[in-house]
Amino acid sequence: MAEMKQAPAGASAGEKLLTWVDNRFPATKLWNEHVGEYYAPKNFNFWYFFGSLALLVLVIQIVTGIFLVMNYKPDAALAFASVEYIMRDVPWGWLIRYMHSTGASAFFVVVYLHMYRGLIYGSYRTPRELVWIFGCLIFLCLMAEAFMGYLLPWGQMSFWGAQVIINLFAAVPFVGPDLAILIRGDYVVGDATLNRFFSLHVIAVPLVLLGLVVAHIIALHEVGSNNPDGVEIKGPNAPKDANGHPLDGVPFHPYYSVHDLLGVGGFLFIFTAVIFFMPEFGGYFLEYNNFIPADPFKTPPHIAPVWYFTPFYSMLRATTDDMVNVLAVIIGLGAVLNLVKGKGDGKTKVAGLVAAAVVIGLLKTFEAKFWGVAVMGGAVVILAGLPWFDKSPVKSIRYRPGWHKIVYGVFVVNFVILGYLGVQPPSEIGNLVSQVGTLLYFGFFVLMPFWSQIGTFKQVPDRVTFTPH
Amino acid sequence: MSNQPVDQSRRTWVTMACAVGGAGGVATAIPFVSTFQPSERARAAGAAVEADISALKPGEMMTVEWRGKPVWIIKRTPEQVAGLSKIDGQLADPKSERKPGELTPEYARNEHRSIKPDVMIAVGICTHLGCSPSSKFQAGAQPSLPDDWPGGFLCPCHGSTFDLAGRVFKNKPAPDNLEVPPHMYVSDTKLLIGEDKKA
Repeated sequence: MAEMKQAPAGASAGEKLLTWVDNRFPATKLWNEHVGEYYAPKNFNFWYFFGSLALLVLVIQIVTGIFLVMNYKPDAALAFASVEYIMRDVPWGWLIRYMHSTGASAFFVVVYLHMYRGLIYGSYRTPRELVWIFGCLIFLCLMAEAFMGYLLPWGQMSFWGAQVIINLFAAVPFVGPDLAILIRGDYVVGDATLNRFFSLHVIAVPLVLLGLVVAHIIALHEVGSNNPDGVEIKGPNAPKDANGHPLDGVPFHPYYSVHDLLGVGGFLFIFTAVIFFMPEFGGYFLEYNNFIPADPFKTPPHIAPVWYFTPFYSMLRATTDDMVNVLAVIIGLGAVLNLVKGKGDGKTKVAGLVAAAVVIGLLKTFEAKFWGVAVMGGAVVILAGLPWFDKSPVKSIRYRPGWHKIVYGVFVVNFVILGYLGVQPPSEIGNLVSQVGTLLYFGFFVLMPFWSQIGTFKQVPDRVTFTPH
Repeated sequence: MSNQPVDQSRRTWVTMACAVGGAGGVATAIPFVSTFQPSERARAAGAAVEADISALKPGEMMTVEWRGKPVWIIKRTPEQVAGLSKIDGQLADPKSERKPGELTPEYARNEHRSIKPDVMIAVGICTHLGCSPSSKFQAGAQPSLPDDWPGGFLCPCHGSTFDLAGRVFKNKPAPDNLEVPPHMYVSDTKLLIGEDKKA
């Protein structure tokens, strides 16, 4: 048994209680490690609001979700009407439902900006690879959560969106059709599908999500936060005060807890404005077709996923037979280029050639539909490889060659264009643009080991740049 | 951690215990995963359905439900039937040679993919990702369709196009022609969908 600590003489009842708890549970220790004495770099900027905002939205989603479940009926015959019941008859039900539906989109807004921050400041670089990977898994969970949640209102978009995405799994060679039936629990999307999606949406995925969020934060607090300069404030050579605390860091509480409250204020301004004045957000947050009950015999004339999935959806649509041929040619050229100019020895070059031949063979064997699914999944999974693709000698965009900023700019604009095209009905020109966009997206990552090293890098300062105000 | 050497016999038992425990864990997972399969009730709901096509006029279509899926019955005009063979060059699989066992029953493996040349029966679910294509019988240029459109179906999800025999056009996301379900004529104007003579 550990030694029992004693509260100092004349301590208040509160202090005595805390001492009593601390002797049995590491309350003070946890508080200090993660809040009171967690030193974060003092030069955080605007981009550092989004981590805490993501946590806020998670709480909003969980709380509003709990209250929605009290009135929602996960039954194909009752679901649509029960959502309308929440909207019309349950006192303040409309507010809770709109908070939840707007919260879903807000979650993706905040998370995309959070990921962008990581991208430009190299927050995924050593030793933060696991922070990044836990983050990627959170993103995956979030996509699953959003997708399954969207089925629950049982509107036309719910039904046909689920129909399309579940059929994606049917494209997997050999086991696909059985897998799709296993997911649906029926030969078509139906009551069984709705019921299980409800269970996964309200219990299974949120539990995994919470676990991952805890892992994300524990990993972050183990290695310390990055900052806009990409300078380590807790490294062996970083300046520290007499107590061993980094000179360039400030305790999370009260400095960043108060700072984040400002972010929360700004966020809530926008969030509540959307909830009260345009909860459907012009058909982007809640699609108009979803106000029509699901009809398994009639696909709406134009179906598109909700905005946060559309960049990936565009890449799925872009993968036609022609695109597969283009991919095969690119992989072949890459292997030949590696053979002629690569740095590896003879063995790895030949291995590269064989691997390319195998991939090209597979590309031509399985149908384009499967590769569309592979491209869409790959577009998400490839994010996790970022810590290993980036070979630049500096972390932050601030000290990279000027043209790197253009590369990142093109990447972001391309992502937005892909997102826009994913909302639009299919068209010849749109398809061509999204095919180019898909190549740009993957090129950014696959070629990163090469381009990220090229150019004149600026001198990274020893300390973070910070002007007190 | 102790510095004593590993007791190999204990290590063997630990390994075996883990293996047996792991096998038990996997065995326990089987019933849980099995609940994901279609229930007996869902399996039983697959009976054949009857359709009366006496009121269907040339150039019209009707939809019936079979196994929860839309099944189209299209009555083609003589011109539409005659036009089918002219566009073979634009189609991915004009002769229905891909996956014939799954998609095209023997009695529909012909130019018009049907028992009677004018009456087409197909499952109205796109072979790409399962949307239900919309009918675009009007020939000619229109949004999302080529200028020489011969009339057929357009899938709103990913733009796959099918002709009036449910055959997919080339270089579209959908890999295959629309499925022709097993069906038979009970009388001249009565169709049974979901069953054919050999069953």
